[in-house]
Amino acid sequence: MQSQVEPSVFDVTWKNRNVSIGMSILVIIIAIALFGPFFTKDPFSLSPMTRLKPPGDFGFFGTDQLGRDVFSRVVNGGRISLTVGLAVAVFAILVGTVLGLVAGYIRALDSLIMRVMDGLMAIPAILLAIAMISLSGASLATVIAAIVIPEVPRVVRLVRSVVLTVREEPYVEAAISVGTPVHLIMHRHILPNTIAALIVQATYICGSAMLTEAILGFLGAGIPPEIPSWGNIMSEGRTFFQLTPWIIFFPGIALAVTVLSVNIVGDGLRDTLDPRIARSLK
Amino acid sequence: MSKLLEIKGLSVTLPSKSDRQYAINDVSIFVEKNEILCVVGESGSGKSVTAFSVMGIYDKRALTISKGEILFDGYDLAKVNEDQFRKFRGKKLAMIFQEPMTALNPVMKVGEQITEILEIHTDLTPGKRKSKAIEAMENVKLPDPEKIFHSYPHELSGGQRQRIMIAMALVLEPDLLIADEPTTALDVTTQATILELIKEIQVRRGMGVLFITHDFGVVADIADRVVVMQQGVVVEQDTVNQILANPQHEYTKMLIGSVPSMVPPQKKSIDVQAVLELTTIDKKFGKSSLFRNDRIVRAVDQVSLKVAPGETLGIVGESGSGKSTVARCAIRLIEPDSGSILIKDIDIAKLRESGLRHLRREIQIVFQDPYRSLNPRRTVGQSIVEGPMNFGQSEEAAIHKAKDLMEIVGLKPDNFNRFPHQFSGGQRQRICIARALAMEPAILIADEAVSALDVSVQAQVLELLEDIKKKFSLAVLFITHDLRVAAQICDNIVVMKKGAVVEMGATHEIYTQPTHPYTQSLLQAAPGQKYF
Repeated sequence: MQSQVEPSVFDVTWKNRNVSIGMSILVIIIAIALFGPFFTKDPFSLSPMTRLKPPGDFGFFGTDQLGRDVFSRVVNGGRISLTVGLAVAVFAILVGTVLGLVAGYIRALDSLIMRVMDGLMAIPAILLAIAMISLSGASLATVIAAIVIPEVPRVVRLVRSVVLTVREEPYVEAAISVGTPVHLIMHRHILPNTIAALIVQATYICGSAMLTEAILGFLGAGIPPEIPSWGNIMSEGRTFFQLTPWIIFFPGIALAVTVLSVNIVGDGLRDTLDPRIARSLK
Repeated sequence: MSKLLEIKGLSVTLPSKSDRQYAINDVSIFVEKNEILCVVGESGSGKSVTAFSVMGIYDKRALTISKGEILFDGYDLAKVNEDQFRKFRGKKLAMIFQEPMTALNPVMKVGEQITEILEIHTDLTPGKRKSKAIEAMENVKLPDPEKIFHSYPHELSGGQRQRIMIAMALVLEPDLLIADEPTTALDVTTQATILELIKEIQVRRGMGVLFITHDFGVVADIADRVVVMQQGVVVEQDTVNQILANPQHEYTKMLIGSVPSMVPPQKKSIDVQAVLELTTIDKKFGKSSLFRNDRIVRAVDQVSLKVAPGETLGIVGESGSGKSTVARCAIRLIEPDSGSILIKDIDIAKLRESGLRHLRREIQIVFQDPYRSLNPRRTVGQSIVEGPMNFGQSEEAAIHKAKDLMEIVGLKPDNFNRFPHQFSGGQRQRICIARALAMEPAILIADEAVSALDVSVQAQVLELLEDIKKKFSLAVLFITHDLRVAAQICDNIVVMKKGAVVEMGATHEIYTQPTHPYTQSLLQAAPGQKYF
């Protein structure tokens, strides 16, 4: 029996080393992406005189084949990557949660929704993205949509499984028998139980979305090439890779560190928020 | 007689943040050869910790033996290391657990689980091991041991699984058997046969048995001596006859006094129009497919019953008899396949949720598990006012009424803003009753509402149910597997078996002159009838 007041979720999670380290790195990266562009050179300004210069006199990270400052482009590219990661996580979770709640709670719609989701899951994310972009043209919105769609079924399955367990709980049945309308049952009694699992899932989606965005950029199927996303920078540097590795190296490192920190946070959150795993680790 | 096991001044400390310092404090008990020692107490009394300490399988991260000795076979088990301990377990010390399903490995044939023990502890050849296992299964009176040897746990009934557990525990012929609530998860008729079996084997082998239970009925049937524990301390120990006939300690007196009698009190018959009337309700579970229809379970089969205001109708039966399904149909948590459910003369059996909603006020339910029937993330106040506010009552009025109800069910209204985990099991059950009453229902269903509670708390909650029934003139449908509770609280009784009603009538008549053989066997199986 717990007798004392439970510590807040924040206290518990922050004590986890993975969460605190990952969060700290992530906050620094976000700060750089938010405020960095105000202090760097114009990432678009061409300088034919100083092309393909190594890191040093012409910029921390050197310059690319058009003489643009790689450091400035990587800092600016951070905005794109983080935007894609965040937007994909938010949209996928929102859409997935609604569909998952409906599928889990309303039996009549369950098999319909789940079969559509199974269908969606069968489509590889990258192929879908390439198809969508060739149909509607490359833009940030298309890329986000293309990554969101294959992520949705995973969220739906997760939410549905939680709903299926929680709906059998006596307190949900008690709520039904005191005449609580369905939308309030979902909101008050079922949704709060899915939050922990969703937060964890969101971090993984965020990490993998940033990777997918970079892959799409690298393949030339992502954000329009004039926008400096990390994938685009690497894609452009590909031709000169053996001569001027810094053009690929620095955005690659930035991407790796960001995804890693997001995943570390996700692991830490899973340990603290998922009670079954958390208990076995105590 | 010589002492087989002697525990001297044993104290086990709890982790520093717990509500008390010791799980058990200064416990001194002993078990002799050829006797059954029953350790009784309510939840949190430390009876299981005592047993687990003897086996050396307590949670070593949370609990530590701080002082005392556990003397067995010339060793102090509190001090031996894990390697030495392994020589005792199985061979000289054996244990059976409460849950026969989880204590067996579900992916291994039960016969192999018995021979595995022989493989670890003896040098017998595989053929000898098998014949020894079969012999052990014969000893626990399993029918057709050759066939059961090759069965998986899920293919056996609860009673058969518990017999397998006992066979496993006894195959190495241990000197001491520790049984931790071995019959609590079983039906009464099964419980009676398992208790008989344990007693018989104990006498035949001359074993010592340390038997943990919370049920004084079981104690009366099986014990030679009794140890009563409360809050980690031994309050009384003596022979079973002494304890039952002449208890010394207040707590023992209270425990014995809380055991409901099997003799129902005389009750007046109730001649009012029924508010809830079920007629030929049918409910099947499972789907039939084109090729097989053996997966269909007739959970409820042509059940009819009615309850009038001021009446308590008991539905009794063993697990799987369909009594809970009847309740869930009556409150329309599930839809019956056929039949009618009249609430104040309106048939709700086939109503859709929209038409049903305003009738939901009339019928409310209290569930078995007090830990799961309240949303852990909402305050108890929010849980109580939820219903009335669904039907348009203002928040202010609902809160005012909720506080009145908390007073009625014996809780302080100041606790309105607390969360469920801050209450004990009995208090939570009171909160659930208040939540049901807030709807001003005509019918209250209590689905095993006191089964998860300790006897002393159970008695109080039963009293509360009786009070509110009179106060609000409720029709109560009381579902229970406990015939003692049913005898005391019910005016009329319905006995169910495999989904069908086998007998119904006034409680007094059913208990004195049961006509159906099943009712007779149920009544006979209730433990402790010599004393209570």
